[in-house]
Amino acid sequence: MNTVRVRSVGLAELKLFGRNRSAMFSALAVPLIIAAAVSTSGITDSGGASAAALVVTSLLGYVLLAAVYYNLVATYVSRREELVLKRLRAGELSDAAILTGIAAPMVVVATAQMVVFAGAGAILLGLPVPVNLPLLLLGVAGGVVVFVLLAAVSAVFTKTAESAQVTTMPVLLGCLIGSMLYPVLDDAPGVVSAVLRAMPLSPVVDLMRLGWLGTTGEAAPLGFAAVLGDALLPAAILVAWIAALLIAVRRSFRWEPRR
Amino acid sequence: MTTTTSGAVEVSGARRRYGGFEAVRGVSFEVRRGELFALLGTNGAGKTTTMDLVAGFGRPDAGNVRVLGHDPYRERKVLRPRLGIMLQEGGLPPDLTVSESAAMWAGTLTDPRPVTEVLAMVNLRRRERVRVRQLSGGERRRLDLALAVLGRPEVLLLDEPTTGLDPESRRDTWEMVRALLADGVTVLLTTHYLNEAQELADRLAIMHEGVVVTAGSTGEVVAAHPARITFALPAGVGLPALPGLREDLPRVRAEHGPVTLRTDTLQTTLTELLGWARRHDVELDGLEARPASLEEAFLAVAGEGARA
Repeated sequence: MNTVRVRSVGLAELKLFGRNRSAMFSALAVPLIIAAAVSTSGITDSGGASAAALVVTSLLGYVLLAAVYYNLVATYVSRREELVLKRLRAGELSDAAILTGIAAPMVVVATAQMVVFAGAGAILLGLPVPVNLPLLLLGVAGGVVVFVLLAAVSAVFTKTAESAQVTTMPVLLGCLIGSMLYPVLDDAPGVVSAVLRAMPLSPVVDLMRLGWLGTTGEAAPLGFAAVLGDALLPAAILVAWIAALLIAVRRSFRWEPRR
Repeated sequence: MTTTTSGAVEVSGARRRYGGFEAVRGVSFEVRRGELFALLGTNGAGKTTTMDLVAGFGRPDAGNVRVLGHDPYRERKVLRPRLGIMLQEGGLPPDLTVSESAAMWAGTLTDPRPVTEVLAMVNLRRRERVRVRQLSGGERRRLDLALAVLGRPEVLLLDEPTTGLDPESRRDTWEMVRALLADGVTVLLTTHYLNEAQELADRLAIMHEGVVVTAGSTGEVVAAHPARITFALPAGVGLPALPGLREDLPRVRAEHGPVTLRTDTLQTTLTELLGWARRHDVELDGLEARPASLEEAFLAVAGEGARA
């Protein structure tokens, strides 16, 4: 994939993003509001630094859902209905380059937000130094890839940018429930916990927590090397999602409106 | 540059189905290098679907499509740098300006012309800072054309390039297309405007309901169709037998309005008619004689479709 060409599409998308108030709002303002609500709620007071880290990693997951997934579904659909995707396919860009270029600004915005949240968490909430930084970054990068691909798949089922509010619900709810409930659901039946664990956001949050804290919740924190063993399962789930979504995008992505 | 003698675009027996509807039902034609080939047809004749197959947006269900010797669907990567495509609808984000759109497009190309040069070619320099949303339909078409030629294509696919243009812009576009042809560019174009095809095309095909009904040089296509003589007869006057007519004389009455005769020998029929009128002192009101034109050919095709 030619990065100069992708950048050309990405820059144009970034300009469009700057001119689209509702996309700006859901990508920039909503996570800030939630962050503000969380930090003033006292939820982080009781459990100390590790509870705060759990909250911050959940926030990072929320950024992936709102800024990357939700906004990108709407963007892919708008570009398809405006025939922008068809036009781009009339040019020299590969399909992957087109999808990447359009996703680029959202990914940049989301990454910047995650850096801000993590930094703010470290400074304001006194979070510990990450146990395994590469693992944390792997979780973030894998999360970005999964939610870009998931957005492309959801776009197939979405007729207009407005209807993205409805079509994104299953993924949004599934991910929120999955990643938020399952760490506290140790007593739940195995099937339920397995399903929740398999939701696309769960392995991402797991990897981030393992990388940062050395544990996904209750268990005692592990060190840099020891944590890798625990990371295997979430990493495998993440890879499986990426592989399945890649196939789905290749097979089913629609480049022009239905006629 | 490859030195094959094959056509720039070769379509043979191409079929394409959308859902239950077969939009293209066995289309064949060849565009030679350096010529302008026009695809004409009624709405829904399958022109745009054919263009989509040539552009490589879709794969034919049956038959074969080749562009510069390559399969446009499977070998998109090889072909795209040599192809300029102007879609029927532009597909530019409405909130980018003219120059932003052109710069974005140029950034995706291997060897683009300078953006300002191309915008000057289509007279859009003055509108550079205007958002696409605020352009007139004609200005958008011109921007689309500018982007299609931005990559110095060898083959240019133009889907209704002058729809929505005022007559002056249409002339300008024709001049630009002629200049590209003079540079050796091959052009495949669809149009609703028959005079556009007659002005520009070396050869053409008329499509109807998913098949090519007539094809050849403009002269050949036109020659297969009759000339027309139109006039109004005074009340109570009947026409004599005339040579060269395509069909028997209509039983004409003045209240039926103008008479149209279709003839393969315009001069003979007209001489005979005028002689008869002078001898009988008949006034042929609104007399008009037109040689066969692309319009006749086109209407004949469309008319057959309407009767079918």
